[in-house]
Amino acid sequence: MLKRLLTAIVVLAGFSLTVSAQDWIRTGTNRGAPIRMAVPDFRPFNNDPQTPALNTVFNQTLWNDLDNSGIFEMVAKSFYPLLVPGSPTEVNLDAWGNPPPNASMLAFGNLSVASNRVVVQGWLFDTKNAASPQVLGKQYNEDATADNARLIAHRFADEIIFRLGGGIPGVAESKIYFVSSRSGHKEIWAMDYDGAGQKQLTQLNSVALSPRISPDNSRIAFSALGQDSWQIKMYSLDLGRQIAFPHFGGDNFSPAWSSDGSKLAWSSSSSSGDPDIFITGADGSGTRRLTSIKGPDVSPVFNPKTNSQIAWVSGHNGLPQIYLMDADGSNVQQITSEGYAVSPAWSPNGLLLAFAWTRHYGPGIPGGQDIYIMDIASRQFVQLTHDAGKNDFPSWSPDGRHIVFQSTRGGSEQIWTMLADGTHQQQLTRDGRNSQPNWSFR
Amino acid sequence: MNQSKRYLTSLLAVLFFLVLVTGCKKKQPTPPPPPPPAPKPVTATLTANPASIERGQSSTLTWSTENADQITLDGKAVDASGSQSVSPTQTTTYHLSATGKAGTQTADAQIAVTVPPPPPVAPPPPPPPNDDAIFAQNVQDIYFDYDKFDLRADSQQALARAAQAISQHPNWKVRIEGNCDERGSTEYNLTLGENRANAAKQALTQAGVTESQLQTISYGKEKPVCTEANDDCWQKNRHDHFVLIH
Repeated sequence: MLKRLLTAIVVLAGFSLTVSAQDWIRTGTNRGAPIRMAVPDFRPFNNDPQTPALNTVFNQTLWNDLDNSGIFEMVAKSFYPLLVPGSPTEVNLDAWGNPPPNASMLAFGNLSVASNRVVVQGWLFDTKNAASPQVLGKQYNEDATADNARLIAHRFADEIIFRLGGGIPGVAESKIYFVSSRSGHKEIWAMDYDGAGQKQLTQLNSVALSPRISPDNSRIAFSALGQDSWQIKMYSLDLGRQIAFPHFGGDNFSPAWSSDGSKLAWSSSSSSGDPDIFITGADGSGTRRLTSIKGPDVSPVFNPKTNSQIAWVSGHNGLPQIYLMDADGSNVQQITSEGYAVSPAWSPNGLLLAFAWTRHYGPGIPGGQDIYIMDIASRQFVQLTHDAGKNDFPSWSPDGRHIVFQSTRGGSEQIWTMLADGTHQQQLTRDGRNSQPNWSFR
Repeated sequence: MNQSKRYLTSLLAVLFFLVLVTGCKKKQPTPPPPPPPAPKPVTATLTANPASIERGQSSTLTWSTENADQITLDGKAVDASGSQSVSPTQTTTYHLSATGKAGTQTADAQIAVTVPPPPPVAPPPPPPPNDDAIFAQNVQDIYFDYDKFDLRADSQQALARAAQAISQHPNWKVRIEGNCDERGSTEYNLTLGENRANAAKQALTQAGVTESQLQTISYGKEKPVCTEANDDCWQKNRHDHFVLIH
């Protein structure tokens, strides 16, 4: 909880949430200047034939993780001293702490493969603290595979980010679930947060949409087209297969977990044929209807901080807008009041909503569908994507520093990530069409 | 004088008659005469010309008999000889029977009937309209304005007609499929399509259709009928499609 609150401060401090007229905002996601980080390639410590390949994977992954984190300014490798340390005794602090590298922090180490195990030793040194430079020293030992080389890099990166990023755990070990049509049908897929290790989970050969990972990473709720209706389905990551979930009348879309994993909210047309927001226990029992408004009601999301509020999309007044209500259906408030606003995603700290918005919507009015974030208390908002295709389905990383979303900027729907201030946008998927990303809770 | 002549003529006739009669009586005592000669054999022939016809053509049966007094052709009495035109529809064996003092003779003749190749087929008369045709004619897609799910005037007309047809077929089950164009967001479009399907369902039930005949589903923008990015195509995709479920 405290960590989430910290995230809020970290994120909010970075934004000048000024009046909405100012669309282009470029700010960092941390207080003050980013930490200058030097990460020389880890040294291969033996001549096992597997060592070079695994070391390459490790070095690339570690660099990307630290670069992606948003809290570092990565010192370019061209500024590094010629002697790259593989262990603490080889470090010349002055050479790293002074210009040209002028790094505040130095992450280094070595990698070796023996008896089919990959062993990594890694250190983090504070270059300005000559007396006691070591911030971190870690050793990892796993089966020698490329996946494990990546995993070790993620773990080491998360340790560094945790130490230097205000005590907020990094997201390098988190996952993103999404919809891909690359098999010929829309199925649920999974990948690492950086786009590595993409793999298909469901094989329904129908249409599977709106994957939502449970807070404990054990299950994915999603919506699938069956014989004569859409139903909420449940895929167990522990068992690697679909598990039973109750069948509801009508069509059922867009499930969402409460952050304690005890409840699901979703859109169902079971009562009258008109879609409304419902809430139920994680096992599908104790179902209650929250809205009874004529028109589309869809895409609910809990406030993960309190689970006492739900944001959702309603089209009962024409174009879809974002609304808030208490988790019992009371206290309805309208959040957006112009354009076409969909796909709300609540930040982990409970203070911000990310959503997709075509603000200036209307015939002949140019305007893209972009990702925005809004401070719920003040209703001030910031536009994060600009002039780059149609952008939709934002989802927050567990640390609140990143947003994953879908974008058509490259011609087809693909999954992208960015820092929560809109910088550092990068594409994660390239095969087929990929959409509706959902970032794991941790 | 005339009288005496007439008397003489009569007398002569009587005398002649007596001579004849007494003459016969005189033979009675003679030995029994030889048995009467055996009756002449009965003959019967029956032919068909030609012996093979196509269905619809005719053939001539010709028959002749000798020494018979009862002659039947296929059970019907006929003259001792003759001919008759017949037009059997399938291969038939005709049966001639002649009975005389010497017995009965029969004769058969077969006419083989072949079926001609079918004449060039005239287009078959249109089948009576079935459920699918009635459905297709009366229950047609309705279209919506952008981001709207209320029924346009043209849709209301179409639904009135559809309601009538569906009401007249209480055995019909109809699925209403709501669809959207590609421009909106995936999840929102699913519920917008749901409202479109539901709007048609409400109108149909208000027009008298039994609710249990109708079911709804939304495909959002997942099943477009047209994939180009232009107004024409978008309009085609903003529709309710009706399916007769068998």
